[in-house]
Amino acid sequence: MNILEFKPKYPREKQIMMLLNGDEAVAYATKQSYVDVVAAYPITPQTIIVERFSEFVANGEVHTEFIPVESEHSAMSACIGAAATGARAFTSTCSQGLALMVETLYIASGLRLPIVMAVTNRALSAPINIHGDHSDAYLMRDSGWVMLFVENVQEAYDTTIQAFRIAEHPEVQLPVSVHLDGFFLSHTMENLYVLPDEAVYEFLGGPRKLVKVKVDYFDEEVDYALNPAKPLSMGMLAFYDYYFEIKTQQVEAMKRAEKVIVEVNEEWYKLTGRRYGDGLVDPYAMDDADIVIVVMGSSASTVRSVVKKFREKGVKVGVLRVRSFRPFPHKTIARLLKEAKLVAVLDRAASPGSMGALYLDVISSLYMEKEKPIVINYIYGLGGRDLSPLLVFKLIEELAEDLKRGFVPEEKVVRYLGVRE
Amino acid sequence: MLVEIRWHGRGGQGVWTASNLVAAAAAYGGKYVQSFPAFGPERSGAPVLSFTRVSDEPIEVHSMIYEPDIIVILDYTLLSPKIVEGLKSGGVIVSNYTGDVDFVFERLGIKRGDYRVLLVPASKLTLEILRIRATNTAMIGGLLKLGYLVRLENVERAIKERFSEPLAEKNITLVKRAMEETIEV
Amino acid sequence: MSLKSWKEIPIGGVGFKLSTEIKTGEWRALRPIIDQNKCTKCLICWLFCPEPAIMWDGVKVEVDYDYCKGCGICAHECPVKAISMVPEFGGE
Repeated sequence: MNILEFKPKYPREKQIMMLLNGDEAVAYATKQSYVDVVAAYPITPQTIIVERFSEFVANGEVHTEFIPVESEHSAMSACIGAAATGARAFTSTCSQGLALMVETLYIASGLRLPIVMAVTNRALSAPINIHGDHSDAYLMRDSGWVMLFVENVQEAYDTTIQAFRIAEHPEVQLPVSVHLDGFFLSHTMENLYVLPDEAVYEFLGGPRKLVKVKVDYFDEEVDYALNPAKPLSMGMLAFYDYYFEIKTQQVEAMKRAEKVIVEVNEEWYKLTGRRYGDGLVDPYAMDDADIVIVVMGSSASTVRSVVKKFREKGVKVGVLRVRSFRPFPHKTIARLLKEAKLVAVLDRAASPGSMGALYLDVISSLYMEKEKPIVINYIYGLGGRDLSPLLVFKLIEELAEDLKRGFVPEEKVVRYLGVRE
Repeated sequence: MLVEIRWHGRGGQGVWTASNLVAAAAAYGGKYVQSFPAFGPERSGAPVLSFTRVSDEPIEVHSMIYEPDIIVILDYTLLSPKIVEGLKSGGVIVSNYTGDVDFVFERLGIKRGDYRVLLVPASKLTLEILRIRATNTAMIGGLLKLGYLVRLENVERAIKERFSEPLAEKNITLVKRAMEETIEV
Repeated sequence: MSLKSWKEIPIGGVGFKLSTEIKTGEWRALRPIIDQNKCTKCLICWLFCPEPAIMWDGVKVEVDYDYCKGCGICAHECPVKAISMVPEFGGE
């Protein structure tokens, strides 16, 4: 496609500029996404996502049934119930709230219910802290949710709408969580370009469409939803006879989600003129990069802005932002990183007794490659500690030193960025 | 060009709102903006911070502001050398203050001519017009005196979107009065 | 009966067989026997049976042994003691 000729269906002049913070952007995207049920716990660590949304409900701007529940565990349970009847369901939480929800997260994915959740990534207590880091997100790493990390407020809006498409895709049918960094995005107001309501409605294809299932006792395929006229049993027992098969289906669906995320990203580009790398990863200045910094979330922009300055000085450094943490795009990452000489993976959560979760995924992606870079891990930004441009500056200088030396001693493979020694 | 503003005030004075209003006004003027608070203990009266970025290019940083171009101080009891930390040379200090000018330089630990210093009689005007202590909109009047960054009509629009009448109109009056009465020392 | 592969079953572990195909009567250790001479057809057993495995055709009360798990609630509730619980295996 010729870039000069390409014009999105809704170019920027046909979009509406709003000034919203990350929370409000997610709430607005949800408002436009024709959501049937929102169930949420309204108290700390809740953000203003559901507060704004409840205003839309109170003003009669949406048809949504809003259920204020008594805990996050109940919030997800109510979403599961709603989604099981065929509704489009949404919720939002973070931090301890997400921790309380974990049990039901596995049920949502196990039952293959396309729920969408916004997670404003925050630290886990103790000590008590509600500031931005990825501890809560890593907690749900293996829960079977598609996990997308966004970099700015615009992407939070875009990804929330995309999430419904990805979740409800017939080949996927998995819950999707949209991760925006607590405070760094959730409370930051930026210019935001939104689509007209009808464009979002069209992009989503209207209300949720149900997939069909074939059961022995109905001649024809029936909707995968609870319906007294065509009753199904959901949440059945499955022991060593079937549990493994049902989990395998989930794993396969997650693999297919990779392709769908790419497709939806491309389709969004045709609609709005905005895309985020290939949807899975968002590389910057990677072509000839000797040093690559792998990072997720809002820090990617700070890192990129500093990398640009080093590029101007001729330092061959690039950035690889991981957007899709689950499914993790192992092959793409191996392809993009194998020719680098030194890779630094930045994890905004610690894994006591092991290494950063993102780091482990990156090194396992590269393991089968014949030629591979040295990969080191940085733990940074815990409990909302700011990743300042100065800190990134020091990081790149340290990496340049490592590159010059040509090797990294074992005890220096995992490092801390910005902690007081 | 990127302009970075750091706002200092106390919980309840509308520090974050001021930051949002200026960002919105700049955005209406065609700029890319960012506005965010640094949450400390969320108590009324505790020192709080907020940040605004205004740029001609999309903004690529998501961190706090360490080297601001402009520092705005909503409460003169916060004046101290610590508050001007990181201010770029040639930077601007806009403070809420009425009284002996030497006191300001003394408290900030700076000399005349180090920075541009603008003083806004924000508390006085806010009490007079709004009969409250939230000096945030008055301080925007002080920023308008700078002559770049934002335009009055865009500030008016931002205030009208944020507040309902008659509060919006009163705030606009306040901004205009503050702009007139701001002095550069 | 051969078990199906992951490609053959519907998503989400949805029950693809009727639950009536699962004969819970196999779990039973004690079998309820109704003494039809004593039975007054009051249907209290029918009301209390949690399965429900008490059948009433308008003439006679009988136990559906395919599904009765042998919990004994019917015997306990029967006001005329018409139901006795007898071990499935072994002595009387």
